[in-house]
Amino acid sequence: MTLLALNNVGKRFDNGTEALAGLSFRVSEGEFLSLLGPSGCGKSTALRLIAGLIAPDSGEIAWTGPRPEISFVFQEPTLMPWADALTNARLPLDLKKLSRTEADARAEAALARMGLKDFSRAYPRELSGGMKMRVSIARALAAAPGLLLMDEPFAALDEPTREALNDDLKRLAREDRITVIFVTHSVMEASYLSDRVLAMSPRPGRIKAEIALPPGPRDRLSIGFSDGLRRVTGALLETA
Amino acid sequence: MMRLSGLLLPLVLGALVLGAWEWIVALRHIPPYVLPAPSAIARALTENFSSLMLSLLSTLAVTLEGFVVAWIAGVGLAIAFSQSRTVERTLYPYAVLLQVTPVVAIAPLILIWVGFDHINAALTLIAALVAFFPILSNTTQGLKSADFNLVDLMRLYGASRWQILWRLRLPTALPHLLGAMKIAGGLSLIGAVVAEFVAGSGTATGLAWRIVEAGNRLEIATMFAALLLLGLLGVAIFAAFSLAEWALLRRWHESALQQQL
Repeated sequence: MTLLALNNVGKRFDNGTEALAGLSFRVSEGEFLSLLGPSGCGKSTALRLIAGLIAPDSGEIAWTGPRPEISFVFQEPTLMPWADALTNARLPLDLKKLSRTEADARAEAALARMGLKDFSRAYPRELSGGMKMRVSIARALAAAPGLLLMDEPFAALDEPTREALNDDLKRLAREDRITVIFVTHSVMEASYLSDRVLAMSPRPGRIKAEIALPPGPRDRLSIGFSDGLRRVTGALLETA
Repeated sequence: MMRLSGLLLPLVLGALVLGAWEWIVALRHIPPYVLPAPSAIARALTENFSSLMLSLLSTLAVTLEGFVVAWIAGVGLAIAFSQSRTVERTLYPYAVLLQVTPVVAIAPLILIWVGFDHINAALTLIAALVAFFPILSNTTQGLKSADFNLVDLMRLYGASRWQILWRLRLPTALPHLLGAMKIAGGLSLIGAVVAEFVAGSGTATGLAWRIVEAGNRLEIATMFAALLLLGLLGVAIFAAFSLAEWALLRRWHESALQQQL
């Protein structure tokens, strides 16, 4: 079932830059969708439009049902440095004025799922880059979102950390049946995580190619995976 | 080792300077109404101790009251600025005008308007005027430097303006505000001293007034004693705010963390 559809969405910034023009795509419920493209192709703008943080100049973003709870994960962990991991993960629940007991329990659970069971009292400065990103994702999960928007969340991390986070993210999104729109410029990451990859053209951004990947678990070393990788790379090269 | 020499070196220097001072005054028979020896200053301090302490309390009270008024006005206005660009654009130029006008020049006016009946209110107001601007400008800056992405995230989760202010903008502004408070504490003291100078005799009874009065009577040793107390008061205010800053920021802020390394 379609969760949302972008129909001919255009966005121009105040400085005159045309970020998006005629961007159209559909997102199905429960799918893991990657937006892949070079820097400055308007991928982040598309996410912010979907989140409702900015409004499109033309076109529309149509939700099939009521808009689900949306969580956002940025490229930076974007944590509050004065608050420990638990307080950071609890933020969406605090804003919704949940009782402290319930909010704590849910935030603790989210941290535990991200492998940070013993770090709920740690401050961001005491955590590594990968752990900070884990807190950021725990915060996103604590809100129990129906839709998770991720804007190059692992771009700044080293390769092993990034792979570990990819594995956890994929597992958790599946367990919670969260729809994920994942922005990245890494072919590897997009191919590994996604059910579907949309390759975007440089500014103004629009969809140039769509690659559906076979369902099921993936092994980074398998033939099947390298085949998917080749198809995504090929599509991306055509758009350039 | 670092800590010891950090304490020892200034103390040794101080002792040397005081010794040389005492020695030169004795050697050249410098009259006490030109330059009293440190021992004479110490004597003046002990002889007038209780009255000097009363003066110190008077100046301290004006300084703290002025500081509190400046804090409330500065933080309050900064919050108003952060909520409305229109309010900021309208009022900020006047805040700057107030800042660049030397307060010594405004002081006589305030004393005429307020001071006839309420001298302490006038002194407090002058001290507050001097201390106000750094609090306003730093807090405004701090409230604005909240992480844009966090603001967006909070809006996404349905946060109200109040929640964004309380949970994000104010904590972000805290280090800026604490830095401003260190400056404003010292400035408030300067404001109190200026106010006492301008108010003149018969009304104010603080340390600055004692300095003027002792000067008129050529009691230079008492003058130095009052000056010493003023200096110590300034140091104490600065130290208190530094301590508060450290206590509030030590868990998370870079400025406090570097001291631990």
